[in-house]
Amino acid sequence: MNSMFWEELFQQKIDNEIKIEPKDRMPEKYRQTLIRQISQHAHSEIVGMLPEGNWITRAPSLKRKAILLAKVQDEAGHGLYLYSAAETLGISRDEMYNQLHTGKAKYSSIFNYPTLTWADMGAIGWLVDGAAIMNQVPLCRTSYGPYARAMVRICKEESFHQRQGFEILLTLSKGTEAQKAMCQDAIDRWWWPSIMMFGPTDDASPNTEQSMRWKIKRFSNDELRQKFINMIAEQVKILGMTLPDPDLKWNEERKQYDFGKINWEEFWNVLAGNGPCNKQRLHARIKAWEDGAWVRDAALAYSEKKQTHKAA
Amino acid sequence: MKHLTDYILHLADNALIMGQRNAEWCGHGPILEQDIALTNISLDLIGQSRYLYQYAAELAGNNATEDSLAYLRTEREFKNCLLTEQPNGDWGQTILKQFLFSTYQLYLFEWLQQYQDERLKAIAAKALKEVTYHVRWSSEWVIRLGDGTEESKQRMLNAIDALWMYTGEMFIPSESEMALQIPLDRIYKQWDAKTKAVLNEATLLIPEKVFMQKGGKSGVHTEYLGYILTEMQYMQRTYPDSEW
Repeated sequence: MNSMFWEELFQQKIDNEIKIEPKDRMPEKYRQTLIRQISQHAHSEIVGMLPEGNWITRAPSLKRKAILLAKVQDEAGHGLYLYSAAETLGISRDEMYNQLHTGKAKYSSIFNYPTLTWADMGAIGWLVDGAAIMNQVPLCRTSYGPYARAMVRICKEESFHQRQGFEILLTLSKGTEAQKAMCQDAIDRWWWPSIMMFGPTDDASPNTEQSMRWKIKRFSNDELRQKFINMIAEQVKILGMTLPDPDLKWNEERKQYDFGKINWEEFWNVLAGNGPCNKQRLHARIKAWEDGAWVRDAALAYSEKKQTHKAA
Repeated sequence: MKHLTDYILHLADNALIMGQRNAEWCGHGPILEQDIALTNISLDLIGQSRYLYQYAAELAGNNATEDSLAYLRTEREFKNCLLTEQPNGDWGQTILKQFLFSTYQLYLFEWLQQYQDERLKAIAAKALKEVTYHVRWSSEWVIRLGDGTEESKQRMLNAIDALWMYTGEMFIPSESEMALQIPLDRIYKQWDAKTKAVLNEATLLIPEKVFMQKGGKSGVHTEYLGYILTEMQYMQRTYPDSEW
């Protein structure tokens, strides 16, 4: 079969919404794009445990502590599904960790911002998980089968997290003056980083076009960002809070919200490693990995001993 | 009634402080699957503490709630065993602490599920399912690490050295345990047999003639507890009378 022919067939399958499965022949660039995207997503789940993990020991009630623990645990679970999905493309989990630790693989920049108050647990759930869901719901129909199936499970849990986050803020918004101020402050700090989560504008996003043709991606960054802003601009009214954008205004003609200029310089800087917590986050991951080496070695040594016993 | 309330608070404090310590690991574990497992145990323990505090709050009256009991008592009022408040140390120390504590909970709850107090009986029966898993998980890890590499064995020996002196207190009856006739002798025998069997399989030796520390049950703690409470209670102390 000449290469022109099978690549056409591959595209035909995608056009007909037939899922690509691990054993199918696929263009190398398709495989690489997926490894990059899925591992980046997995790393984001694992690094994303850190800013929220920061508040588990200080959660203000036992119920909130339990909910937050369960949430961070869900994120670990998402990381697990995603690493497994990426492994079907021929890369090991250790190799992916190594790419994370050496800075070769990225994770979502949002997790390089610090969680300064309890209200940040609400803002992350509502805004960060909310933006993540916007990005992820279309991925439930993405062309690569294992990724799409992992995303179905993840999206169910994420939407639950978003409601929990909103509920934290709703409670604060009905509380004391200090709680209300804490709520507004968290929204002010997380708003712009959240809308940057959709990535650069379409004209500055080089991977979009090919990814759309392969149906790895189904909506552009700008489309998803607009959809998110429209949703949040309405929900913030329920909280009686505001979004920190003086240019945010409903545009009757476009039937969309207009919004102010995004500070892309900040975005590129955080991406390049200059965010407030880039160093701490990466350090925490590397430390966990290195401190855990003796545990993994021992587990391996023990299971090898048992294997030898059985064989003997 | 005071004895029952005190005893339930003791059980609740044990579970909460263990759960709080385990939660410190969340996101920092050596293997992703095990990070999830330990977080799960932490969640179970915090869940147990909530059932127990809710019951204690009803018995105590005075508008007490699960949160007022967990967040507004001082270090001299907490009744948890010293073992539970010890630092996590490395993964080996955390695992060993979990195993020693869960094994104690296992035999205690087995007994309590036949207890005369209906509510405590029900809480124990529910917790027993969780604790059975905690013992299985932690004992498997004790064996794996004890009988793994030279380094892991040495680390387990260090963990035994750090923790063993806090195990005796679990079986020294407090005033309320005496009043409620909790059979700690019998629970100790079961605990002793199980820990010996597991440590033996792990090729680890149980130290002999260790001088046992005590005091936690009567509110005389190690210095660690003050810091645990400072961190845990910070929000409730800073913003009193708020809904969260």
